[in-house]
Amino acid sequence: MFNYTFHWNQALKALPQMLDGALITLQIALLSMLIGVVCALALTGFRLSGNRVLSGFAATWVEIARNTPALFQIYMAHFGLGNFGIHLSPYTALLVGIAFNNAGYLAENFRGALKAIPDTQTRAGRSLGMTALQAFRFIVLPQMLRVAFLPTTNQMVWAILMTSLGVTVGMNTDLAGVTQELNARSFRTFEFFALAAVIYYIIAKAVTLAARAIASRMFRY
Amino acid sequence: MIEIENVRKSFGTLEVLKGIDLTVKKGEVVTVIGGSGSGKSTLLTCINGLEPIDAGRIKIDGTEVHAKSTDLNKLRSKVGIVFQQWNAFPHLTVLENVMLAPRKVLGLSKQNAEEIAVKQLTHVGLGEKLSVYPNRMSGGQQQRMAIARALAMSPEYMLFDEVTSALDPQLVGEVLDTLRMLASEGMTMICVTHEMKFAREVSDRVAFFHKGVMAEIAPPEALFGAPKDPELQKFLAATH
Repeated sequence: MFNYTFHWNQALKALPQMLDGALITLQIALLSMLIGVVCALALTGFRLSGNRVLSGFAATWVEIARNTPALFQIYMAHFGLGNFGIHLSPYTALLVGIAFNNAGYLAENFRGALKAIPDTQTRAGRSLGMTALQAFRFIVLPQMLRVAFLPTTNQMVWAILMTSLGVTVGMNTDLAGVTQELNARSFRTFEFFALAAVIYYIIAKAVTLAARAIASRMFRY
Repeated sequence: MIEIENVRKSFGTLEVLKGIDLTVKKGEVVTVIGGSGSGKSTLLTCINGLEPIDAGRIKIDGTEVHAKSTDLNKLRSKVGIVFQQWNAFPHLTVLENVMLAPRKVLGLSKQNAEEIAVKQLTHVGLGEKLSVYPNRMSGGQQQRMAIARALAMSPEYMLFDEVTSALDPQLVGEVLDTLRMLASEGMTMICVTHEMKFAREVSDRVAFFHKGVMAEIAPPEALFGAPKDPELQKFLAATH
C-alpha cells in the first residue's frame, strides 16, 4: 500500500496566497473574454463583409484558434513572437494567447447565432418602415444575444481553465503559477494541486450558475 | 390610390409577373386568387417595395414606389403588410411587438405608442394578452397580433398575403373575422387568399392570377357566378 502522510495544514496556510492568485486568474480570464468578444465581433463582421481578404483573414483565424492546441497558441505568443524580437511578458503572452483562442470560438458562436435568426424577422421589421439598422438593432440583435449568451459563458469557463497553461511560459502570479511555486518549494504536490483544483472548480461553477441566473432574468420569453 | 402599371418581375429566368395592370381605389377591397406560383404574393411584396421590379411602375397616392428618390421607410408606414408567416418578434411581449414600430419609426412617445397599441390589440380581440410573449399564443392569435402591429402604424392601405394559409383550420375563422371587420370599417385592402367564401363576401373586386398574368378581374358575383377565362373555370371547378 502507499505510504504517504497528508499535510493539508501546509496547503491551507498558503490559501490566502492562492486566493490572490485566483484573482489574477479571474482578471486574465475576464480581460481575455473582453478582448475576445471585441475581436470576435470584428471577425464576424469580416466574414459577412463579402470582402475576400477580410473574410479569408477571419476564416484563417477561426480555423487556427479552433483546431490547434491552446497551449501552442500561448507558446507562440511568448516564445514564437520572441523569435522575431517581440517580447511579451508571461502575463501579456497568456492574455494574448487566450484572447486569440476565445475570439476564434466566439466568432463561430456569433455567426451561428446570427444565422439562427430567420431573415423573415428582418423583413417584418422593414415592412413596418424600419431601416435596416433599426431592424438589426431592435429585432435581430436582442434575439442573437439570447442564442449566443450561454455558449459565450461556456467560453468564459474555458478561458478560466486555460489560464493554468500560463505556467508553461513562466507565469507565476496566477492560481496555477502560485500553486506550482508552492509545490516546487514543498513537494506537497497532491495537497496544493488538490486545493487549487477545488478553487478552480468553485470559480467555474460560480460563473456557470451566475450565467444561468442572468439568462433566466434577461431572456424571459 | 394604388396604381399598378404594366409591372414585370423575374426571379432569374422565371418571369413571375408578366405585365400586371391594376388600380385600387381608396376604400376598395380587392382579393387576389390563383394557384401557387401565379405571382400573386410577389405582387404584394412589390407594392410596398420589399421586392424591386424589372419594368412598369407602381404608384401609391402618386408616389412612385420604386423611384430612387422615394423614401421607402416612410412609404411603408402608409402601406401595412401581413404575411402568411406572422413573424412575431419572440423577444418582445405582445404589447411591445405592436409598440416597437410606432416608437422607432414614427417617433411616438412611450405613452402615446402604448395607447395606440392597446387600442389596436383590443380591436383585434387581444386586449387580455398584452404582457404575454407571442410563443404562448396560438397561430391565430399571433396572426391577429401581426395585424394589430401593422395597424398601429395607421396605414392607409393594407396588404394581406395568404394570412390564413399557415393556420390550423379551426383558427382560420378568427383571422378572417378580423379582416372582415377591417373591410367593413372601410380599410383599403388587397388580400391574396385561398379562402373563396371569404373572397366572395368581402371583395369589391376579385382578381384571378394565372402564370404571372391577371387573367380576369370582376366583382365577385360575376367572377364566381360567370367566369369567362377558361383557366379560371378550371381553377374554380377544382377548388369547389
